[in-house]
Amino acid sequence: MNIDSIRNGIVIDHIKAGQGMKVYDFLDLGKLHCSVAIIQNAASSKMGKKDIIKIDSNLDVDLNALGYIDPSITINLIKDSQRVKKYHPELPETITNIIRCKNPRCITSTEQQLPHVFRLTDRVRDEYRCIYCESKANA
Amino acid sequence: MRHIISMADLSVAEIDELITLSLSIIKSPEKYREACRHKKLATLFFEPSTRTRLSFEAAMYELGGQVLGVSEASSSSAAKGESVADTIRTVCCYADIIAMRHPKEGAPTVAAAHASVPVINAGDGGHNHPTQTLTDLLTIKLEKGGFEGLTVGLCGDLKFGRTVHSLVHAMCRYPGVRFVLISPEELKVPSYVKIPLKEGQVPYVQTTDLVSVLPELDILYMTRVQRERFFNEDDYVRLKDSYILTPEKLTRAKADLAIMHPLPRVNEISTAIDPDPRACYFRQVLNGKFIRMALILKLLEAEI
Repeated sequence: MNIDSIRNGIVIDHIKAGQGMKVYDFLDLGKLHCSVAIIQNAASSKMGKKDIIKIDSNLDVDLNALGYIDPSITINLIKDSQRVKKYHPELPETITNIIRCKNPRCITSTEQQLPHVFRLTDRVRDEYRCIYCESKANA
Repeated sequence: MRHIISMADLSVAEIDELITLSLSIIKSPEKYREACRHKKLATLFFEPSTRTRLSFEAAMYELGGQVLGVSEASSSSAAKGESVADTIRTVCCYADIIAMRHPKEGAPTVAAAHASVPVINAGDGGHNHPTQTLTDLLTIKLEKGGFEGLTVGLCGDLKFGRTVHSLVHAMCRYPGVRFVLISPEELKVPSYVKIPLKEGQVPYVQTTDLVSVLPELDILYMTRVQRERFFNEDDYVRLKDSYILTPEKLTRAKADLAIMHPLPRVNEISTAIDPDPRACYFRQVLNGKFIRMALILKLLEAEI
């Protein structure tokens, strides 16, 4: 299967097989007007199978937030058809409006306009907690 | 400008400073009678309270200041659906410092983010209650002389008991402290409360049996099973009488045990224990006023 190379944009590689749509939804890629390719179950020498997303545009989002979904993801930035940067997303210190606090006693349960902010409290265990009620995030 | 939302907002040195100031207030109250003259404290209590609200108000009056506020959600614009942020922006126009109680966890964090005057969390749901903890620390200081090397038993509702959560957080920073966590299985402390214990390698045990651990305790901190924290009345009825401290059980305890309770109690401490010199929960109530005076002085940076 051939997917055209992109000129300027982002290739999100080494997504765990089956997680591609989750990343797609997470980044809200359905709203883009540029070419977006999702490749599922691509062969990978390292992972056996993997998903890949190619976006033919430079997204104005914090891709490090992907570290919350899967820190093994590789992000490749492409400029003039050349890869100019390759990195793994780091676990962000805070994530805002990506997950919602499910604690019915949390202030966010009654005040709808409040952003749902989670802070990284344990980097080893990838643990995030609500900045308001300190409940643990459920991915 | 400082806010006190949880005990984590205070260093051990600052806690010691507040306790020292409280001891000075107890010794020479006349020195502080004009310290907050022309200052106003707003008490915003969106959940019922007797001791906390009255002790904040008494504290401000004894410092020569004035008090305004709401004592229930239904008498404020919160009942009309006003957000915490808007309420706080409004109150900041009228007051120099705010003490706030709210049934929702994290509400004081929201308040502090929008406040132009210091905000003190006077209890947010089952989450934090730092001024109760300061009260408890002052009481322990007065009753036991210090904090180091104490075995602290916490008994009752350790899941929703915010006073317990804050006290664990504060006490685990002192060397040699050991915790005995006594609760029914359903009301064990939440995992986040145990984080500082694990990080600081503070020894603790969890048990359901009060009587067997009573002889080893220096402090027994009893709590009420709180009806208002349950969504299901059946669960409350099943658990409410899990632990009742009686004179018979106390025969196994140390002679210098300090029995504490944040109050109100229902039946978890028999009234027959009240005359026992080890019962210090009413002295604890009085200490609450002194430590709140110290906190108000510190946050308003009042000059003595």
